[in-house]
Amino acid sequence: MLCHAALDRAAQLARHWAQHGCPVVIHVDARTPLDQFAGLKTALADLPDIRFSRRTPCEWGTFGIVQATIDASTQMLADFPQVNRVLLASGSCLPIRPVRALQAHLAANPHTDFIESVTTADVGWTVGGLNEERFTLRFPFAWKRQRRLFDSYVTLQRLLRFRRRLPPGLVPHLGSQWWCLTRATMHAVLTHPDRPRLDRYFRRVWIPDESYFQSLVRQVSSRIESRSLTLSKFDYQGRPHVFYDDHLHLLRQTDAFIARKIWPQADLLYRTFLTPDGDRALAMQPNPGKINRLFAKAVERRVKGRPGLYMQSRFPTRARGGTQSAAPYGVCSGFAELFHDFQPWLARALDARAHGHLFAFDRVEFAGGERVFKGGLSDSPTLRDYNPRCFLTNLIWNTRGETQVFQFGPADEQEIVPFIASDPNATIFAITGAFAVPLWQSGRTAAELRPEAARLQKVESDFLAVLDRPDTKARVRVWSLSEFIENPAEPLEEIVDLLNPRAAHRTTGLPQLKPLHGFGSFLQDLRNQGMAPVLMGDFPSDADLAQPDRTFARPRIVR
Amino acid sequence: MATLGKTAGGFPRGLPHACPIGALSEPLGGLSGLLLALKLRSRRQRLLLRAWRKRGQLAAVADRTAGIAPGDILCFLCLRNEARRLPHFLAHHRALGVRHFLVVDNASTDGSGALLADQPDVSLWQTGASYKASRFGMDWLTWLMLRHGHGHWCLTLDADELLIYPYWQTRPLPALTDWLDTQGRVSFGALTVDMYPEGPVSQGQVAPQDDPLTHLAWFDAGNYQVQVQPRMRNLWIQGGARARAFFADTPRRAPTLNKTPLVRWHWRYAYVNSTHALLPPRLNEVYATDGGEITSGVILHTKFLPGITERSAEEKARGEHFADAAQYAAYYDRLTADPILHTPASTRYTGWRQMEALGLMSRGGWI
Repeated sequence: MLCHAALDRAAQLARHWAQHGCPVVIHVDARTPLDQFAGLKTALADLPDIRFSRRTPCEWGTFGIVQATIDASTQMLADFPQVNRVLLASGSCLPIRPVRALQAHLAANPHTDFIESVTTADVGWTVGGLNEERFTLRFPFAWKRQRRLFDSYVTLQRLLRFRRRLPPGLVPHLGSQWWCLTRATMHAVLTHPDRPRLDRYFRRVWIPDESYFQSLVRQVSSRIESRSLTLSKFDYQGRPHVFYDDHLHLLRQTDAFIARKIWPQADLLYRTFLTPDGDRALAMQPNPGKINRLFAKAVERRVKGRPGLYMQSRFPTRARGGTQSAAPYGVCSGFAELFHDFQPWLARALDARAHGHLFAFDRVEFAGGERVFKGGLSDSPTLRDYNPRCFLTNLIWNTRGETQVFQFGPADEQEIVPFIASDPNATIFAITGAFAVPLWQSGRTAAELRPEAARLQKVESDFLAVLDRPDTKARVRVWSLSEFIENPAEPLEEIVDLLNPRAAHRTTGLPQLKPLHGFGSFLQDLRNQGMAPVLMGDFPSDADLAQPDRTFARPRIVR
Repeated sequence: MATLGKTAGGFPRGLPHACPIGALSEPLGGLSGLLLALKLRSRRQRLLLRAWRKRGQLAAVADRTAGIAPGDILCFLCLRNEARRLPHFLAHHRALGVRHFLVVDNASTDGSGALLADQPDVSLWQTGASYKASRFGMDWLTWLMLRHGHGHWCLTLDADELLIYPYWQTRPLPALTDWLDTQGRVSFGALTVDMYPEGPVSQGQVAPQDDPLTHLAWFDAGNYQVQVQPRMRNLWIQGGARARAFFADTPRRAPTLNKTPLVRWHWRYAYVNSTHALLPPRLNEVYATDGGEITSGVILHTKFLPGITERSAEEKARGEHFADAAQYAAYYDRLTADPILHTPASTRYTGWRQMEALGLMSRGGWI
């Protein structure tokens, strides 16, 4: 048992092992204060089957840990001839199944060494890019204390293409530091004829505790089961996870016998698993998959986060997802101006929340005219314009699970446009030139409306220019007004297809198009006033206008 | 005693005042980065000097700091007339594992002082000097932290704030700080969430020992505006119920909600603006910029307990809370008018897992 801190827990663990008939050799890190070591000795003085091995400093990643393991194992074999298995544990390794169950498991698998041992080529879990190089470079510096020296020496060796020669017969294997070996294997490793040379070699290998025994057993063992009996999980940076009281239920579901690391103050875990009989701690049905899923999810949360969430501990830069909202949504420009009942139709056809002009100057037009929307979003335009990106990402985040669609146009606040254009979750449908329809309906003369029409046309051109940029990630569909009028069913169908693909079986009529008789001459009047209305396309003269077909062009399949 | 008062101006050329979503760039390098670092360094030194000069304003009432052991988690607090909140505040944070409270009592008249002096784990200082002139109490706390906080994990809160974090009911603060230590992190961020009752804020009864959250059960779940101020790379989060109800016309003045309340303190550190930002700037990096999430918490703000209306009238008259108090007259007037903050869009608080699911805090990689 290797210990360096929380020696009171180590004493408790050693006592538990010893009382269940397992002799314990304890190695205490030479850097641990002497009074703590003395305290541990006193605490265990009444137990005959406990020994303390020679204390060496165990710095993380260095050979000291292997040296300590060798010393303690040698002493174990010498002092306790009845021992037929050696298990390496630490002061924070908690047996989570009864010791009897472990003994029974080992008795059922005689001559088997339980040690994770994988060739370097097949290892996927090493962190920091050092894999095979652990064995081919030299590592004289401590990673934790002399990080700069460590890194620059690695770089230097890479630069010089330095490679160490492996001792003959050694095939590097990696694996968990925590193993359980038979007496025969242990003996064979400790009396390996080439040991002095191997030890010399491993002194300059990085993290030899994960490779020394793992490589040597391959030479001496008759039967290896490449898995550790100790459950130990690492985060994505290779730091061990710690188990707390609230993991009790989880630990009961593992198929491992020992778990590490346990938080020293996790009283409940120590109390539960260190009971004399231990039977109560047994799980009914081991379910190790659940633990793996939980840890995989934690890694994903830490590394990828929840896309579209901007909060106090997630604020990605542009390159790392800083232009994305949480879920697909639709932006419709020009539709509400052409149809009488576009919003309700949209909500029905898409099974979505159809908002009005969310970015209108005078007020945020939430669906249903709500004053305060989900999550506490206010309809105050000032509050929205203070941070329009947060307004939109909040809206989409707050309504996860329900598609949002909103109206947009050149009469709205435009600051949000670059964000929408760069958002892969946005789908933008635009009928260009439709802004002129409400102007025409206002009944004022072309002369009065000319400046306003020209301004809106300019704003809409800028909007289209942003959508046209090569870095646009939003899906964009643009029709000119005249194109749209020719066949309105097809674009509407496309909206439904893109935003709610599963709605194919719905039979929905078309929304009612506003009559546009007289609009053609209004455009001509604008032209006569000296403006060039270009975004509407080649709008037909009034005679050619006809109310379109009120069904979808393609027959909808009714399921 | 929530404070704010953001001042613009004095930015190095090329740095915007605040970066919205997607606009955050890498820290400044080269010469301008060096100049900025020097500027911030001298600012930090000025803050420390200021705290040192204000030390005489503090009169020790009960100094039990000799009992602080190495590794203890300390809580620093500056308050005035909080006797109604203190019993629960102390109980909550004691249960989390705070071992010692270091409190500055700024001229309380409601018995807060006596209440605190009687606690075995509280060291109390008193002062009658101006809260505003002391950078809203931060000068006093900086001095106490410089003296007693070095090497400890220090929690700096207001008396109307309750810190929660992932797993807080089953894992005390030492579990969190051990985890932060292994992650190499020295600071921990939290979002202030304004909790409010269902009816008018003046209604209801909450006894000092009771959990105020049974009454203040509601909050705004998704209207927080996040920006980063590139100079110190600190977050600037606004929003919540107060921004919605009181600052809809002047959103820039809405209270700052991000805090960095838990820091492994070094005597050289200094809070710049309440606990919203610190120097040196690396302490402000409580957020991930690579798309991932890191562990963070929530401060439940119990400001809107009954009594808030009288208190607002009084604070308006004292003018001790904002750098530019006249600008906040309307805010106090609205508070004094006993508003209802609850709306159909409000969310009822059920626990930290709910807060995490809503994206107001994160477990990050902590399991």
